[in-house]
Amino acid sequence: MQLFPCPFCGPRDETEFHYGGDAGNARPDGVDVPIERWADYLYLRTNPKGTAREIWVHMNCGEFFVMERDTVTHKVLSSTALGGEHAA
Amino acid sequence: MTASRLATGGSAIDRSRPIRFSFDGAIVHGFAGDTIASALLAADVAVVGRSFKYHRPRGIWGAGVEEPNALVDIGGSVAATPNTRATTEAARDGLVVKSINATPNALSDRNAFLDRFSRFIPAAFYYKTFMWPDWHMFEPRIRAMAGLGKVDTGWTSPGPADQINHHCDVLVVGAGPAGLAAARLASGAGLTVTLVDDQPKPGGSLGHRTSEIDGKPAALWVEETVAELAQAGHLILPSTTAFGIYDHNLVGLNQRHRDGRPDTLWRVRPRQIVLATGAIERPLPFANNDLPGIMSADAALAYLRRHAVLVGQRIVVATNNDSGYEVAEALAEAGAEVTLVDIRRDGAPTAPANVRLIAGRSLAAADGSLRVQAVTLDDGTRLDADCVLVSGGWSPTIHLFGQARGKLAWSEARAAFLPGDPVDGIAVAGAAAGAVSLSEVFAGVGTAIASLGQTTTAVPRSTGPEATGGILAAWPMPGSKGRIWIDYQNDVTVKDVELAARENFVSVEHLKRYTTLGMATDQGKTSNLPGLALMAAITGRTVPEVGTTTYRPPFTPVPLASFAGARGAELMAPVRRLPLESVHRASGAVFQEYGGWLRPAHYGGNADAERSIADEARRARQSVALFDGSTLGKIEVIGPNAAEFVDFIYYNTMSTLKPGRCRYGFMLSENGVVFDDGVLVRLDEHRFVVSCSSSHVAAVHARLEEWRQDRFGRGAVYIHNATAEMATLTVSGPNARKLLETLDLGLSLDDADLPHMAVSHGSYAGDEVRIARVSFTGDRSYEISIRADRAEPLWAHLRHAGRAFDAVVIGLEALMILRAEKGFIVIGKDTDGTTLPQDLGVEGPRTKRQGEFVGRRSLFTDEASRGDRLQLVGLTVPQGEAPLPTGAHGVRRSDGRLRSQGFVTSSYQSPTLGRAVALGLIERGAARHGETIDIQHLGKIRTATIAPPCAFDPAGDRLHA
Ligand SMILES: [Zn+2]
Repeated sequence: MQLFPCPFCGPRDETEFHYGGDAGNARPDGVDVPIERWADYLYLRTNPKGTAREIWVHMNCGEFFVMERDTVTHKVLSSTALGGEHAA
Repeated sequence: MTASRLATGGSAIDRSRPIRFSFDGAIVHGFAGDTIASALLAADVAVVGRSFKYHRPRGIWGAGVEEPNALVDIGGSVAATPNTRATTEAARDGLVVKSINATPNALSDRNAFLDRFSRFIPAAFYYKTFMWPDWHMFEPRIRAMAGLGKVDTGWTSPGPADQINHHCDVLVVGAGPAGLAAARLASGAGLTVTLVDDQPKPGGSLGHRTSEIDGKPAALWVEETVAELAQAGHLILPSTTAFGIYDHNLVGLNQRHRDGRPDTLWRVRPRQIVLATGAIERPLPFANNDLPGIMSADAALAYLRRHAVLVGQRIVVATNNDSGYEVAEALAEAGAEVTLVDIRRDGAPTAPANVRLIAGRSLAAADGSLRVQAVTLDDGTRLDADCVLVSGGWSPTIHLFGQARGKLAWSEARAAFLPGDPVDGIAVAGAAAGAVSLSEVFAGVGTAIASLGQTTTAVPRSTGPEATGGILAAWPMPGSKGRIWIDYQNDVTVKDVELAARENFVSVEHLKRYTTLGMATDQGKTSNLPGLALMAAITGRTVPEVGTTTYRPPFTPVPLASFAGARGAELMAPVRRLPLESVHRASGAVFQEYGGWLRPAHYGGNADAERSIADEARRARQSVALFDGSTLGKIEVIGPNAAEFVDFIYYNTMSTLKPGRCRYGFMLSENGVVFDDGVLVRLDEHRFVVSCSSSHVAAVHARLEEWRQDRFGRGAVYIHNATAEMATLTVSGPNARKLLETLDLGLSLDDADLPHMAVSHGSYAGDEVRIARVSFTGDRSYEISIRADRAEPLWAHLRHAGRAFDAVVIGLEALMILRAEKGFIVIGKDTDGTTLPQDLGVEGPRTKRQGEFVGRRSLFTDEASRGDRLQLVGLTVPQGEAPLPTGAHGVRRSDGRLRSQGFVTSSYQSPTLGRAVALGLIERGAARHGETIDIQHLGKIRTATIAPPCAFDPAGDRLHA
């Protein structure tokens, strides 16, 4: 089990976290959004090998944050609160 | 009599404490400190089990965790564990030990005939032979004949296994010379140390190999070092195996107890790890090398020095390296006649006193039936022997290093894989790093501690005799005569590896799976390297070119109970409980789990549940019903942007709601599917309460938090889940207001002041209550929310006052009937993962709303606009017919085949209407009211008529009656 750094609580066991999707998957608003663009937002994921920026939520405190980690080595590179405050 | 207990000696045993246990029905005597294996050896029990495939007789091979042969089932009053290694399990009074894979016992096994057919059952025989018509037809009988120990089905758990989370600066795995030295150096550097060892006593090889450290006998040095570590407050865990290293250097430990308690699982998060896990002695390849009486040389020395067991009288020690010499010398000194056969002609040490040395020869074969009687050398010389000790060199125990994704480096000089490039936070020391002499061990420990960034002082010095590391590799060779075992436990021989190579299973991972080499419970600790060296020889590659299989946890078997811990029975998935549960139980409530909540299904006990439910549903319509609705979600949304926030979250426009009013609405997922439904209460300009479905509270809360943090910002909206803080007691029915009027709630119940879909505040016994006129029954209803810890007097008061109105307390089953009569849906029951709001007849917001909301764009896809979507309808059956089965499909015949056109989602007998009511999702259902369709269930077809969802009081007059 890995240790994830919650920007609010510090390093905690991975079982306390939920994955929330790719970071930077901005939501296109409006009914006129091209359907391909909307489908990308809903379903298309980058699944990178190496450094990935992901949204995670710490279930214990409810904090959503951006975590950068390496999908090959499982090394955690950084975690940043959604407001932009940097933690680790 | 060949093996025997000596009259004196044995550092591990306590002769003042004799013990006895049974093995295959016979009594075995031993001493406290014996393992089952050492006691069996002392009692001269040669055959301790039968092999997996050929049912060959097998004896004890080793003295530790690597044991491939001596697996036993343990029963009796103390413990019950199948497939336990006799070499690691302490002998205790009263144990009932049984050999495995043997019927009736190890000595006379009726399946032993299989060995004579071995020629016909090579690797993969079963898979190849029993392919037609289907392997699974044959599998049960074959498995019954193979297999290992038997699970004692009568066994009951003494309780849950403890699980402990632990942190320390340095975790040292292994308490041999390297581990003890590393622990002491780390302690000296001011670090907190945890030291684990799988043996009951620390010391490792120092327990049976002669040495002297810092001028003291090794035993004294061990004792002093352990005392020093304990004195400094470090945690020392004997009988504990570090079985796995996981991501971010989490280490799993399994600690065994000797008092019948289940093992304890430790999850350790050390800053740094020192692996001082030692090395494992390998067998030598010769025909019949699996006969009982053929053992690891080092194990024989351990049994001699620790347990005072002399393993034979006429002993042949066969070796390809220097470590066998001390063994030969010690056994000769203890009185055995010892012949040392060294594969090396030159470069070997001089023969010890009283030992006959035959240099430059190797064993070709062993003879004997139930135990070894003689060996033949490669020059044809025959030597009588009642015991053959072999040392084929040492394999460093690098399993944990490999699990941590450490790369291995092949050492030709050591004929072994050593740890390669370092892994972050992990140092390897001692024999695990390939060290042989104590001087090498201690120098390596110094380097290891320094590599972890610590300064080292006072590294111990070896001041006694030093082991030497001379070795000439002796791998199994292709084309060898006779049957040469590589993997004892899974019965894999040289011929099986040759067959795998012929059939092109030459990759090490294919070799493993095809022959099952290394896949037994010992995970090939003694066999993997000889196996892949043989494959290298067959295919003309080097050993590192063949490579090793992937190292995976666990290093040794770990009881499932350790992993389960307390998560069994009710704690497997704990239910949420109502504040008034005990009150309901006292009223005869029958509880069931609904969406994670334990709730009253109905009252009146278990007898005639159906009638109780029908009574509750009928009486609820007649006068007044009381219902505990505390599970209903109560999530507060507060802040200056709260109105804008709920507009975005809900499908329906919510910002136009006036303070003090409620509105029903849907929440959608971004794919447009209805995710939850419920009532939103606006308490004031900036404060809302989201009433979501009971089973959905956590998910809705998480969703609100996500949108809040990701889109609106923390400063603009605040979300608070108040579900557990408040109990909600519901009063519903034509006499609901009259009942409430008998309580002094400090507010006007007049319909002008508190109309349907309004909320008001009052108080009860000094506590604030919130009363919402919201109805899930279709009758006039009041939901009273009060502090959870003050709900009981209010509930009692309601019940007491209710007597005058013939009030009925109803459970969830009756409520389900009432809401189905009204056509009110339950999300996830009357909807599925494709249901859009327009399918439920709520089209308005989709076409009229201007602002953005969750899931909006998905409501305008081609899929969302299809004309044949499943839509919510009511389904009626002729008077007197039984309710439709829930899940039954509406069908129509097309091209001669039945095709589904939707299904029944809810179905009940309505006691009020005197007929069955049902809801369903039916193709184009909204436009087909009045049409009769076929409903199929388990091959039978009935008819039903499509109707509007609401079957009772369609005008809604009863809400205001
Ligand atoms: Zn947190």
